[in-house]
Amino acid sequence: MRKIDQSILISNIKQLFMNAAVSLDSKVVHALEEAQKIESFALARSILGKIIKNQEIARNEDIPICQDTGVAVVFLEIGTEVFLDYDIEAAVNEGVRQAYFEGYLRKSVVNHPLERKNTLDNTPAIVHIKQIPGDRLIIHAAPKGAGSENMSRLAMLPPSAGVKGIESFVLETVKLAGGKACPPLILGIGIGGNFEKVAILAKTALFRSLDDVAENQTDRELEESLKELVNSSDVGPMGLGGATTCLAVKVNSYPCHIASLPVAVNIQCHAARKKTVIL
Amino acid sequence: MKRITTPINEETRLSLRAGEEVIISGKIYTGRDAAHKRFVEHLSANGSLPFDFNEQIIYYTGPTPEKPGMPIGACGPTSSYRMDPYSIQLMPMGMKIMIGKGERDKAFQSKLVETKSVYLIAIGGIGAILSKTVKSSKTLLYEDLSSEAVRELEVVDFPVIVAYDACGNSIFK
Repeated sequence: MRKIDQSILISNIKQLFMNAAVSLDSKVVHALEEAQKIESFALARSILGKIIKNQEIARNEDIPICQDTGVAVVFLEIGTEVFLDYDIEAAVNEGVRQAYFEGYLRKSVVNHPLERKNTLDNTPAIVHIKQIPGDRLIIHAAPKGAGSENMSRLAMLPPSAGVKGIESFVLETVKLAGGKACPPLILGIGIGGNFEKVAILAKTALFRSLDDVAENQTDRELEESLKELVNSSDVGPMGLGGATTCLAVKVNSYPCHIASLPVAVNIQCHAARKKTVIL
Repeated sequence: MKRITTPINEETRLSLRAGEEVIISGKIYTGRDAAHKRFVEHLSANGSLPFDFNEQIIYYTGPTPEKPGMPIGACGPTSSYRMDPYSIQLMPMGMKIMIGKGERDKAFQSKLVETKSVYLIAIGGIGAILSKTVKSSKTLLYEDLSSEAVRELEVVDFPVIVAYDACGNSIFK
């Protein structure tokens, strides 16, 4: 067994969130630059230019890209040969607490959805744990803002709805989101599983590398058709029109019940902040 | 590109047209969900607002904490639709110039036209750039709300686009 100390987990969580807040993924920057080159609508092109400039300033001057530094979402993939003899969620929360204080990040979590008292340290984080073979611990961290999360949707479609049903639900979701979710978007689409599984599939899809494609051919074809459909919607950057409504669509699928076709659309804004480390 | 300086008189407010890009300088005031809830509670209890918003601008933002020596952290706009149920009560009380992001509901848009208010948008997710336009910041109301407190910001060349003008025109697709 390989032991990873609590202090190592805490310091890595802290670094991931502090970095994520100010340093946009280079693949997202590249996608924004490519979109700007082909965008023909002047206002959209100008907005993309400002988004690109903003992340440069954020990175160079250590200022958060966006004031909504989100709820801390963490996916831990723990190798079967890794030994962690402590409360993992408590360690993650300690790392989050340190990151949000030392990084001057906004504390955006309230204690209860109706009581709404700010917890003042951005905890608790939302933690997902999965087991993998080997002796590695992989940590994926994303500060997820509410602007895009609030516009995300889930539907339990009948199987007869098929690809057309998924496409129309995704397009409807993007149009309802309009400028509110800060397009250009990245869409994490879950299909299959059940009610809770499909939401996790959609979230996990957002953690995929921006330039990868789905392994499964059906999912891959859906990624392509959805991207084309969404970018023909004319929602555009900040909902003001243009050909750049989404930078990427990621589809993750899972087997499901004979009676079900669950679909979840997890929307990510252009400030697509996520970081991964392998320990 | 039109340049305006706060306070904004009625003539200037009514001259703004959907789609127009505007550069704002002067004092503007922050307030989002929690502050709006308190404005409306104050209005119900006292028949007035705790601050006179006539000719002033409210900016929907909850900045990140300022680093030592900086006036403010990242301070981009938050989604405006969440303020709609409050704004409907606040526009008739003088809160007629609002900055946020994204579309707003039908009831808001009708009240906007009725009260000859204007809704401006800033680009979402560029909080680092926008922080550069803020020269000073001080808390005015509700310090206990931390990032949601009402602050007075002194801005120079803060860029916005007119989204809904007082005649009911909209920039959104």
